[in-house]
Amino acid sequence: MNPVNYLYLAALLFSIGAAGVLIRRNAIVVFMCVELMLNACNLAFVTFSRMHGNLDGQIIAFFTMVVAAAEVVVGLAIIVMIFRSRHSASVDDASLMKL
Amino acid sequence: MSTAVDVHNLWTMAADPVEKIPAPHIEYAQLSPTLIVIGVALVGVLVEAFLPRRSRYYVQLLLTVVALAAGFAAVVGLAAGGFGGAKAHVAAMGALAVDGPALFLQGTILLVGLVAVFTFAERRLDPAAHGNRVDSFAAQAASAPGSAGEQAAVKAGFTTTEVFPILLFAIGGMLVFPAANDLLTLFIALEVFSLPLYVLCALARRQRLLSQESAVKYFLLGAFSSAFLLFGIALLYGYAGTVSYAGIANVVEGRPGSVNGALAGTMGNDVLLLIGGAMLLMGLLFKVGAVPFHMWTPDVYQGAPTPVTGFMAAATKVAAFGALLRLLYVVLPGLRWDWRPVMWGVAIVTMLVGAIVAITQTDVKRLLAYSSIAHAGFILAGVIATTQDGISSVLFYLLAYSFVTLGAFAVVTLVRDAGGEATHLSKWAGLGRRSPLVAAVFAIFLLAFAGIPLTSGFAGKFAVFKAAAEGGAGPLVVVGVISSAIAAFFYIRVIVLMFFSEPKPEGPSVAVPSPLTMTAIALGVAVTLVLGVVPQYFLDLAGQASTFVR
Repeated sequence: MNPVNYLYLAALLFSIGAAGVLIRRNAIVVFMCVELMLNACNLAFVTFSRMHGNLDGQIIAFFTMVVAAAEVVVGLAIIVMIFRSRHSASVDDASLMKL
Repeated sequence: MSTAVDVHNLWTMAADPVEKIPAPHIEYAQLSPTLIVIGVALVGVLVEAFLPRRSRYYVQLLLTVVALAAGFAAVVGLAAGGFGGAKAHVAAMGALAVDGPALFLQGTILLVGLVAVFTFAERRLDPAAHGNRVDSFAAQAASAPGSAGEQAAVKAGFTTTEVFPILLFAIGGMLVFPAANDLLTLFIALEVFSLPLYVLCALARRQRLLSQESAVKYFLLGAFSSAFLLFGIALLYGYAGTVSYAGIANVVEGRPGSVNGALAGTMGNDVLLLIGGAMLLMGLLFKVGAVPFHMWTPDVYQGAPTPVTGFMAAATKVAAFGALLRLLYVVLPGLRWDWRPVMWGVAIVTMLVGAIVAITQTDVKRLLAYSSIAHAGFILAGVIATTQDGISSVLFYLLAYSFVTLGAFAVVTLVRDAGGEATHLSKWAGLGRRSPLVAAVFAIFLLAFAGIPLTSGFAGKFAVFKAAAEGGAGPLVVVGVISSAIAAFFYIRVIVLMFFSEPKPEGPSVAVPSPLTMTAIALGVAVTLVLGVVPQYFLDLAGQASTFVR
């Protein structure tokens, strides 16, 4: 199968994630959409790695997974903290500083 | 299909008995600034785990100051050893560049961090809670605001001494960011300095809801932008088949070392290059705070604890502009006829929007946030020059700007009323009558932001605009001067408000800080005036440091 199809899939997943970040209201769901975007990047890395016949892309995919895990740690801590003080994880409610 | 055979060869090779895996060759001495900072940050984590609460603050403060001073000494040692000029090269198997711009920016970031630590450690501004001196950070960040847990933590006199190792981790990432010489290192460094900053933003002692909100906004938008950056890296990797800066630059310029079938296919595909480059730039412009990607700046600057805001505003800009310079000058110079028009547009919009929207602000921290956006536009004008002078003027501007910013935010921490810091501009009315010294110091910083002669702001702006004009960006300079004039209006307005209006009886008071904040502010004033009155030595230094290694 032509590996380029996987690139189209990666672009599609990335777009779905980006649209989700812009549309969804719940901070957790927004964050999951960011993770979807990171995984779309991983798919693109692995596909390009296969196309070029070198292993750089696969190694980068591992690094991306570690970074995504670290981001989950910090992100969930922040989101849980704001949920505990406001009893809501909606990004629309967090508007104390609107101009 | 030859590529499939290549990959299968890799697999079968790995399955054979491995004779010997060559260890990577790392030049530890040349990476010592970063290694020292990260190493002491790890020690700081152990201190949090094993030392009793009472002694942690002093140990952490000492460790942090020593680490940053030692890191700066290492940078100076490397620069004196000629790594800024003749001996500049790429270290750590191609991952990090040790060259003039990297060392200059690392030195700047370490000095900024050192001054920021003084404002982090300040414990005399907030009134003592239950007999315990407290700093600007939450007693216990995990407890909900107003809960019984928070009251117990305040009563017990807890303080968040974790901020010192977190700050060191952020600085460690920032040291790598402008020196990164492949796209993977760039991405990892971005995350290493961003994640600690998200945490620091959430830790304010007063107005914790605002602080937490700013952390959520910064985190979600920051993660969003780094996903774009990563996809851009993926596309550039697909285009060039490598993530090293030199390798990509060679492919962009059409002379790769060796061409196989796959590379010949992707090299001709400009869509990968253009979209990848654009997404990579988006990620960096977000960190810089340039205009289409600036929306997070005012909210995060307002909500974060003020010492953190000062550090973030100064150091993040230095690191991000360093990475942007290296990307545009080392990786994509072959593409400059494509990126220059885009960056022209971004610079013009950034300068104008920053200056115009700042006029309507009523909060000091938001005002400084919009002013930082306008300054990002001025620095972009120097980046666009694509000349040697462009690099050196940007380096000088970053040094000048970061100390003014640190000093200005340190002054903001001093003006307080019963609710903590009094950041609303109306409360600053008549401050010059009540405490002339503080108001005069703040006026110096504002004049430096505005670019009045004899301050560092003037020398920086002059260097940047001169480089831009000589680089063929004349109209950009005109827009820059016009937006400087607009920006000068609101800086002067704050000075008029402080000195020529009557103080209100219920107005805020100016807290007397400990020597820590005094040192920070004094250093800010000193650097501002020295760079303004005798800038030549530092301009020469930036000029000597303005050659990238490839």
